[in-house]
Amino acid sequence: MNEKETYRVIGTRPLRPDGADKVTGRALYGADLRLPGMLYGAVLRSPHAHARILSIDTSAAEALPGVKAVVTAADLPDVEAKVASLGEGSVNTRYQSWNILAREKALYYGHAVAVVAAASVHIAQEAVKLIRVNYEVLPPVLDVLQAMQADAPILLRDLRTDELGEKGSALTNVAAHHQTKKGDVERGFQEAAVTVEREFHTATVHQGYIEPQNATALYNQDGRITIWCSTQGSFGVRDQLKDILDVPVAQIKVVPMEIGGGFGGKNNVYLEPLAALLSKKSGHKPVRLTMNHADVLSATGPTSGSVIRVKMGARKDGRITAAQAWLAYEAGAFPGSPVTSGMGVIFGPYAIENVLLDGYDVVVNKPPAAAYRAPGGTNAAFAAEVVIDELAEKLGMDPLDLRLLNAAKEGDRKADGVAYGRIGCVEVLEAARNHPHYRAPLPGKFRGRGVAAGSWGNYGGKSSASASVNSDGSVNLVEGSVDIGGSRASISMQLAETLQIPVESIRPQVADTDTVGYTEGTYGSRTTFATGWAVYELGRRLIGLLCERAAQLWDVEPGQVTYEGGVFSCGGQRLSFAELAGKMDETGGAVVASVSVQPETWGPAFAAHIVDVEVDPETGKVDILRYTAVQDVGKAVHPAYVEGQIQGGVAQGVGWGLSEGYYYDAQGRLANASLLDYRMPTSLDLPAIETVIVEVPNPGHPYGVRGVGEVPIVPPPAAIANAIYRAVGVRLTTLPMSPARVLEALGKA
Amino acid sequence: MTPGKVTVHTRINGEEVTFLCEPRQSLLEVLRMELGFTGAKECCNNGNCGACSVLLDGVLVNSCLVLAVEAEGKSILTVEGIAPAEGLHLLQQKFLEHAALQCGICTPGFIVSAYALLQRNPRPSEQEVRRWMAGNLCRCTGYDKIIAAVLDAAACLREKASGEVRVP
Repeated sequence: MNEKETYRVIGTRPLRPDGADKVTGRALYGADLRLPGMLYGAVLRSPHAHARILSIDTSAAEALPGVKAVVTAADLPDVEAKVASLGEGSVNTRYQSWNILAREKALYYGHAVAVVAAASVHIAQEAVKLIRVNYEVLPPVLDVLQAMQADAPILLRDLRTDELGEKGSALTNVAAHHQTKKGDVERGFQEAAVTVEREFHTATVHQGYIEPQNATALYNQDGRITIWCSTQGSFGVRDQLKDILDVPVAQIKVVPMEIGGGFGGKNNVYLEPLAALLSKKSGHKPVRLTMNHADVLSATGPTSGSVIRVKMGARKDGRITAAQAWLAYEAGAFPGSPVTSGMGVIFGPYAIENVLLDGYDVVVNKPPAAAYRAPGGTNAAFAAEVVIDELAEKLGMDPLDLRLLNAAKEGDRKADGVAYGRIGCVEVLEAARNHPHYRAPLPGKFRGRGVAAGSWGNYGGKSSASASVNSDGSVNLVEGSVDIGGSRASISMQLAETLQIPVESIRPQVADTDTVGYTEGTYGSRTTFATGWAVYELGRRLIGLLCERAAQLWDVEPGQVTYEGGVFSCGGQRLSFAELAGKMDETGGAVVASVSVQPETWGPAFAAHIVDVEVDPETGKVDILRYTAVQDVGKAVHPAYVEGQIQGGVAQGVGWGLSEGYYYDAQGRLANASLLDYRMPTSLDLPAIETVIVEVPNPGHPYGVRGVGEVPIVPPPAAIANAIYRAVGVRLTTLPMSPARVLEALGKA
Repeated sequence: MTPGKVTVHTRINGEEVTFLCEPRQSLLEVLRMELGFTGAKECCNNGNCGACSVLLDGVLVNSCLVLAVEAEGKSILTVEGIAPAEGLHLLQQKFLEHAALQCGICTPGFIVSAYALLQRNPRPSEQEVRRWMAGNLCRCTGYDKIIAAVLDAAACLREKASGEVRVP
């Protein structure tokens, strides 16, 4: 494939098909929906990080005028433990049910305990305050190292360590120990002339989507459940509801509303089962639940805080001989941290003979971790890329030269033994080294320039789409992929390219689970790759069908009809796409097709970032002066949205590096559960973010596409830490690198 | 009059609108829930994110922090009132041309906020745009394309207003 050197549509920058709705306020997000007779809910959340629930008395709440239903864990089926795939991670259904509503124990501050539906949200909020819960408060476990101690308070009554595949016998907070081994690290370290070993700590951080979770449910009298919600994957919601509510798939329809950001955090369900149960219990009224950001921060997301120890050794010539890492990731209240994906990222950009990785998934009294953009990758790369910077310094080498010398190429095997296909790691590092930013002088005191690299594996997955040709030559496209950042455009463009018609002729629509074939969520940087592949197949099928129609008109064999440059032809006969579409009625009626794909040849993504910082030695504040992000994207379908993905990933990475982090008090109460105190970057905190798009086409995709969205969040904290070192001579090993931490490192705290 | 409810007279996007509300209801809640102006988004609901931005007598406010009863006698401009009778406002057009939105939930707030900025300061510098917009959170874009869209719209609006020639 990739036989096409030039494209008509791919690589251009058309306006997005849903643009007018989005800039006029007309686009309907979940919280914009109103249904006749709708009730509104409020959730009672645990004020304790760790407590046994002795009793719940809802009678006063139920007696409040306007209250229509109250639901507690007693209303949820007690489902069996079983592990279900959830896109970027997996989830144990029983634990997920325990997370939806606390059963026996509240396991984190903000854990949902009961939920009310009432005639107005104000009544529901008043009713929640009338619910009496009798708690036995238990000591919380908030720190991953503390949680791993043998005498730590135990969170779950059934958790035993999965020790490299063997179940342990004792109750523990360590859900699993994973190991990846390649070569012999001991021998590798003996060969090294220089070694660096450091320990890193990273804070719990949140995806920070601006739209809070919301769900509206109608549990009909006939048993059919309709859910309108903000999700990255409507079919994933259906799968989770089926298990949590223990109802057949056929009874559930999920309608994905416009989604106001997700970044991995809107794959898991939180409110959807509650809205469904409230609807059933309130006499089949539609019920809407929405969170505020205190709920979002304290009870959804986040991604794991972690402790990571890294040791790397290199020969005098810069060749890395061995790399070892020990990673302990907070899972939150239930197992499922992204530690294994962090293990995949940590030395991803490099070809290293000897690697040993040990990863631990550890439960603590925090909300259960959800996927967050390159899950587990940013913390891992922070550790590895700071160590590599120090190696370069000790070797007297340029940090990009050292990375290039060790860069992974096609055929190199990762620590897990899997060989890379055609990747653009070298091209990305070279583009960074050759970029004017890297060579530009950086005068001034307390200023420094840092670099870091990053990798992400990407994903494929299941996608479905269908299309019908209209008589004017336009095409209605129905896809199952939720559009979280412009994928209606990138998918329409690939269909237009295949059909050789203008992209404006494609009318895309994101459909509900009753209307389109099974499609995995918009996660894992998979949508433009896999759903793009689906519409490529779809386009080819439509062309095949239209060739048959032309053959019928011209009384020839379909194989004799060719399609080139938007024109069907055979001998001297010619019909444009639109002209042939206008003759559908006389050739057998509508031309429709649907396809389903599950491609497995996704290509990994690599990035290299360059950042200039200025450190204020009086306050410890770090300002970003200039930022350049280089990335191999395979083929940029819509370059503006590719740039946007890179810029957005950088911004989140800068936040993770400098200002974001959960602050819990000693009792485990989240002290900064608002968007004022959980400090995400504003427009004033960031400079313009320059992007450099490198295109090493993925040979495993018809248009060379690789996933784009996740890898840009991987390098920023490490690049900033390395820049701070160049600016003021101290290595920061704890995230966020807040003013207080910088002052402490400078010995001024 | 419904007991416990207050009558409020306003002008919304140029039209006279009288509504009944409870004293505890925010302007945002009334706009969205009672009057159907769902372009203003309810996100943080405590003044931190700017997604609910509207103009109240020409002043940029977070409508989640204004009580609906405070709007008595005032004029309100929401994102639904930004576009002219035909087509889009230049700000809206530039947001699309620059791909200045991804998920779009913050976009109405940004457009209202940018509109207010350009009313006050038709020739803002990049830093002035960044400072003005710091009350509107976007998690998708890194702000880069939003700032570019606002600066471009400002230049085009000046050109339109005065026949000023743009320096490329």
